[in-house]
Order: sequence, then C-alpha cells, then structure tokens
Amino acid sequence: MTPIAFDTSHLLAGGLVLVSFAMIYQNRLQALLRTFALHAVVLSAAVAWQAFTQSAEQLYLTAAIALVFKAIIIPAALRRIVQRLGIHREVEQVVGTGLTMLAGMGLVALSIVVMLDVTAKAGAFAREDLAFALSVVLLGLLMMVTRRNAVSQVVGFMSLENGLILAAAGARGMPLVVEISVAFSILIAFIVIGIFLFRIRERFDTVDLHALDSFRGERR
Amino acid sequence: MIDVAAGAALFCLLLSALAVARRGRASLSATLYTLTILPCLAQAAAGLAILGGAAGGQMVLPIGLPWLGAHLRLDALSAFFLVIIGTGGAAISLFAVGYGRHEEEPGRVLPFYPAFLGAMTLVVLADDAFTFLVAWEVMSLLSWALVMAHHRRDEVRSAGYLYLLMAALGTMALIVAFGLLAGADGSFAFSEIRAASRPVGVTALAAGLVLIGAGSKAGIAPLHLWLPEAHPAAPSHVSALMSGVMTKVAVYAVLRVVFDLLGPLPWWASPALILLGAGTAVLGIFNAAMADDMKKILAYSTIENIGVIFAALGLAQAFLAEGMRAAAALALSAALFHAFNHMAFKSLLFMGAGAVLTATGRRDLDGLGGLIRRMPVTAFLTLVAVTAISALPPLNGFASEWMVFQSLLASPRLPHLGLEMVIPAAGGLLALAAALAAAAFVRFYGVAFLGRARSDAAARALEVDRAMLAGMGVLAALCVLVGLVPALVLDRLSPVVTALTGTHLPVQGDQPWLTLVPVAAARSTYNPLLVFAFIAVTASLAAWGAVRMGSRVVRRGPAWDCGYPEPSVTTQYGAGSLAQPLRRVLGPVLLQSREEVEMPAPGDMAPARHRVVQGDPIRDTLYLPVVRAVLWAATLIDRLQFLTIRRYLAMVMATLVSLLLVLSLWG
Repeated sequence: MTPIAFDTSHLLAGGLVLVSFAMIYQNRLQALLRTFALHAVVLSAAVAWQAFTQSAEQLYLTAAIALVFKAIIIPAALRRIVQRLGIHREVEQVVGTGLTMLAGMGLVALSIVVMLDVTAKAGAFAREDLAFALSVVLLGLLMMVTRRNAVSQVVGFMSLENGLILAAAGARGMPLVVEISVAFSILIAFIVIGIFLFRIRERFDTVDLHALDSFRGERR
Repeated sequence: MIDVAAGAALFCLLLSALAVARRGRASLSATLYTLTILPCLAQAAAGLAILGGAAGGQMVLPIGLPWLGAHLRLDALSAFFLVIIGTGGAAISLFAVGYGRHEEEPGRVLPFYPAFLGAMTLVVLADDAFTFLVAWEVMSLLSWALVMAHHRRDEVRSAGYLYLLMAALGTMALIVAFGLLAGADGSFAFSEIRAASRPVGVTALAAGLVLIGAGSKAGIAPLHLWLPEAHPAAPSHVSALMSGVMTKVAVYAVLRVVFDLLGPLPWWASPALILLGAGTAVLGIFNAAMADDMKKILAYSTIENIGVIFAALGLAQAFLAEGMRAAAALALSAALFHAFNHMAFKSLLFMGAGAVLTATGRRDLDGLGGLIRRMPVTAFLTLVAVTAISALPPLNGFASEWMVFQSLLASPRLPHLGLEMVIPAAGGLLALAAALAAAAFVRFYGVAFLGRARSDAAARALEVDRAMLAGMGVLAALCVLVGLVPALVLDRLSPVVTALTGTHLPVQGDQPWLTLVPVAAARSTYNPLLVFAFIAVTASLAAWGAVRMGSRVVRRGPAWDCGYPEPSVTTQYGAGSLAQPLRRVLGPVLLQSREEVEMPAPGDMAPARHRVVQGDPIRDTLYLPVVRAVLWAATLIDRLQFLTIRRYLAMVMATLVSLLLVLSLWG
C-alpha cells in the first residue's frame, strides 16, 4: 500500500469517527439526521477508497449501497417520520453533551488500546482500521444509551452498523453475500423499527421511551 | 444372579410403561400391583441366594455415557439391600392390591410405583458413578411424583416442593462427591474409584458430601425437615415404601461410598457421625412423641431409626480406624440388622396407618380410638409392629437395638480421649431415644386403637380387605420370626460384613438353642426363644390367674365413675394429654415450645384459653436465613425485569466496555 493510499484511508476512517462525535452533540433530531447522512457519505467514501486500493470491485457495490440507502433513503424517510410525528424540535439527550463527549473520548481511547494490543501481528492499516471501526461501534452504542427518543436510537443503531461495515471493508476478501445480507438486515430492521414507531405513537401519542416504561409498570 | 436382579428392575420399568400406556386406569390397579410382586420376590430370592454363597456377577450395558456404558454389579452388599427392597416391595405391593382400590387418583400413582421400585433396584446394582447418580435421581423424581399424587391439597404441594428442593440439594452433593472421587481424568467406574489413592482431606470431604447427599434422603438432622412432610403426604403404600425401603437405599449409598469405595476414614471423622446419628434419633423420636398425625408420627420415628443406624455406622468407622475389626463387624452387623428390621416394622406401621385411613378416612389421633374392636386384625398386626419398634423382646427390634448397645459397650477399648467421651454420651442419647420411642408408640397405639372412638368415622370403621391384611401379615410374621431366630439372619449378613470390615461375627447358627453371642459368651448373650418362652409362660399364668381368681368374685363397693365423671369421649386421655409431660420436660429446648394461658378479665364471660406454641429451632436457625437470603437476592435481581430499554442498552454497553477493559489490562 502506497503512503498516499494509506493516508487517505486513514483520513476517511478517522473522519468517520469525527462525524460520530458530531452526531453525539447534535441535540436536535433534524440536525442529527443530516449528520447521519454525512456519516454514511464518509463511510461510502471510505469503502470506495478501499475498493480502489484493494482493487476489489464488489466493494464499490457496498459503497453504492451505503450511499443510496444510508445517505439518501433512510435519512429522508426518518426525516419524514420526524416531521409527521412533529418532534423535530425536541431536545432529547439524557446525559449532558460534555459528559457524553468525554465518555466518547474514553471509548475511543479504549478501543485503540485494545485493538493495537490484540492485533499486534496484523498490518498497520488493518490495525488502525479496526481500531477506528470499534470506536465507531462504541460511539453508536453510546448514542443509543444517551438518547431518549426512539428515532435517535435508530440512528445510533445505524451508525453502529456503519462501524461494522468499515471493519468489514478493511478486511480483505469479505464476500459480497455477507455484505448484502448485512445491508438488507439493516434495511429490514429500519422498516420494522419505523413501523413500530408509528404503532407506539398511535398508542401513546409520543415516541419518548419514557412512556413505554411507565406503561410497563416501571417503578422509579 | 445379576441378570435376575437386572431383569427384575427392567420388568418394573416395563410395568410402568404398561401403566402409562393404559393411562393408569383404576381397573388396572389390582393387576399392576399383583404383577409388581413378582420382580420383588425374584430380587429378594436372588439377594438371599447370594448371601447364601451364590456367585454375584457383573454386567455392562451399552447405555449411558458412550465411553463408559452402564456398569451393574451384584455383590454381597447389593444383595443384602436387594433383599430389603424385594421383601418390602413384595409385602407393600400385596397390601397395595387392596389399598389401591380406594385410591382416588390411580392415574397419578400407578405409572410411577413400579418404576420407583425398579429405580431403587438400579441404585443398588449400579457399579459406576454415572449410573448410580442417574438411578438415584430417577428414584428421587419418581418418589416426588408419588408424593404429589394428591396434589390438590395445599400441604401436599408445599411438602412436594420442599422435598424437591432437598432432593436437588442431595443429588448435587452426591455429584460433587463423585466428581471429587473420580479425579481429573474422570474415572467413574466404582472399581477405579476403589483402587485410586487420594489425600485424606479429599476423602473426608467426599465422605461429608455423601453424608449430606444420602443423609438428606435418609432424614439425618438437620436435613430431615422434608421427611415428616413428604412421607405422610404420599399414599400410604408409597409412604411405606419411602420410609421403609427408600431410606435404606440412602443407607446403602453411605455404606457403598464411605465403607467400600473410600476405605477407613481418619478416626476424628467418626465422632461426628456418631453424634449426628444419636442426636437425630433423639430429635426424631421426640417429635414423634409430640405429633398428632399418625403418619407424621411414623415419619418422625423413621428419622429416629435412621439416626440409630447412622450412629452404629459411626461406631463401625471408629473401630475400623483403630483396626478393631471384630468390634467394627459387630457395629456394622447391628446397623445392617436394624436397617432390615426397620424396613419390616416401619412398612408394617405405615400399612396399618393406611388401613386405618381407609377404614376411617382420618389419620389424626384425636379423631380415632377404639379401633381394636372395630378392626381386630389390623389392631393385632399393628400391635406386633409397635412392640417391635419399641424394642421389646422377643421381637426383631429388640434384637438389633440390643446389638447396637453391645457395640457401644465395646467402645471403652478405643484409644482416643475424644471418642471415649463422645461414645458414652451418644449411648445415653440412644438409650433416651429408645425410651422415648416406647413412650411415643404407647401413645400412638393407645390413642388410635384403645379407648372409645373419638369420632363417628372411627366408631363406624370396618376391617379392611384380605389383600391389605395379607400384606401386613407377611411383615408381621417376618418381625416375629426374625425376632425369634436373629442368629440365622446374622449369619446371612456375614458376607456383607466380611466384605466391608474384613471379618465377621462368630457363626451364630451353631450356638446351642440359637443363642445370640456377638462377642463372647462371658460378656453377653441373648436367647430370644428363652425370653419368648418366659414371656409366654408368665403372661399366660398371669392371665389365667386374673381370670381364675379375679372375675369370679362378686364384690360390692361404693359407686365409682371410673374416673370419667362425664360420658363424653373427649374426657379420655388423648394425643395432647399424653404428649404434655414430655413436652414440658424437653419441649422448651428441642422445640422452643411454651404454654400460654389467656385468662379473661374478671367479669368477662369469655372462656380462658390454654395454648401451646411451638417452633422448630433447626428450621428457624438453619433454613429460614437461607430462604431469606434467596428471597433478598431474587428481589434484587428481579429489578432487572423492569429496566428501561435505555438501561438495558447501557448494561450491554457496560458489559462490552468492561470486557474490553479486561482485555486491554490483561490481554
């Protein structure tokens, strides 16, 4: 791998982590969805760059899927949902932004330490790619934990999945079948969750998870 | 011979399959119980043949663990317990031919009963740890299913739950014990376990675990709590089987592992066993003297007899540890003999209680009375059992308890100060237990069978049918015969005792007039025939004299109301009144019992009340804290059920992050 190729993929993977951080401090849903679209674009670019450097044509398809579904269709659909539900102004973080950002930094540090330890024998690129991917996964999880709204949990889940795709693209020779099945499972998850959002909304007049909890007889 | 025994077990299992196939219909009941007698007789005969010198044998079945198979083996020890299972099973099945007719839910009893017998046989035959544990657990579960036969009653359900918990605890202890014995390379066959050498700590630990596992099944204090609940809850013939036979299978487990597989324990292990046995005996029989329910009294008395057996086993261990083989043989013979006798009279007593239950529908002592006139045969057969269990000569209970005390008297020759102090104390406890047993069974028999009927049901009771009486008659005859010629029984025990202690008692059958001479003629002998002749002659003379000189003479005297100023039946001595003196003496210590008197204020017309409050120190100090801890932990964990989705996610994340942290710190 030439230095320029290495640097570029490093830049793109690092960019993905950066956009993950950007998603964490978005406290409006509309802004969050736009950032998520950006996240998917960066992912698509990273995967495409991998396809170019590894000369693996099927990764172009992966990149295209990511671009079409995750950067365009899903954010647009979620935006429609948010508008129809009328929750585009809601602030819905549970933990303050600063604290979440600090926690996110800790997670990134942790994943880098772990990955560099574990993959001591692998190539430099694979190591850093995996470290970035794990960071993205953990940040997605962090977002799911710190958000109150079901829509933003969907977004957190999708960004978590982006991290998985990044890791998969970095590993050479991942079969396309796996890739496509992952993409479709995500799509189906999105559809199911979307339907559930409306059902929840119909029943409780809100998609705030708090309502669900009190419905289950939650003791606080 | 092994194929006969294994075939009998298989036949029992097939009978259960038949009962399942016919959906346990009531019409099947008599046939099924009659068919169950056959394998029982076969295995009793096989066991007797081996004790008489026939060759045992081994068998490997291609079932179970693939590299192990199921090993079966029939040696003298197994044969002796086969005799117990076979004899008890045959008599009880004969009784059940009649008793089963009155069963309200035969579908819940018939499919399990023959298989329960078969499982007990398999436990005794098993020759590897895996087969043993599987058979043991099957036996536990089947007996649980039988206990739950009348599951619509609340107390039966709670008894079943308690039994299930204790059975699980026991099996777990046994699994751990066999795991320790099998070692790291997993040699589960008994022959390998027997050959292996292990450090003394492991030996003692395994012995302790087996004591917990088998002791919980036998009813050793403090693991006995379930027994007086579960044994009475089952249908009476099952109670007889559980109390008379299954507890012996537990004794077998201790003998097999501690005496056969482990070899002699260090000397300091035996005092624990002796004191545990003696304490269990006193605690059990005291509770029996307090209980009001016929079957509960019998269950508590089972605990006492198991205590006596375990104390004798402890003595045998103490003697073995010092190499006093003759004394060990005496103590072990006493334990085995008592196990056999207890099978006979306790099964008989439970059948008697079952007959009373059939005839009157009641088993509370205070609802019975006067049955000796309504049910003369049952009353006579129960009297035999009561005499035997109270250890009165010339019946079998006396012979075996006498031998237990003979082995206690051999103990001063033991070299350890600790044992010297413990054994006389245990002897005192055992003597107390024997006396209390007599008191408890005077109360049992007197209140239930003598006096006047305390309820209409008792007044209208009718004698039970012939099958039930025959089943009881067989065991009553056995009690008398064994009591009269214990020497012949003891000679049959010698192969077992030789296998476990290396020596045996002097041959008893050669003594003149079948006298029992366990140690030496100079020390002590017992001739049951002589005692029987003496009792028969003196009793006949006394009766003759009473009839001849007493009742012919007409006397005139002042009118006396015979101590019954009121004609009401409640003025008779009842269960409570016979229990009171003992309860006042021992109750405050053993049962935390106290009497409360509620006096109404002057001028108040309310009646004064006299109440007995009693608890159970063992339950309160050992079991309730555990129950509370489990509930506390469960409540704590229960909160996980009600977390928000976000918190579940947070837990997932926390787990992931902490695993990653572990990886980065130690990876």
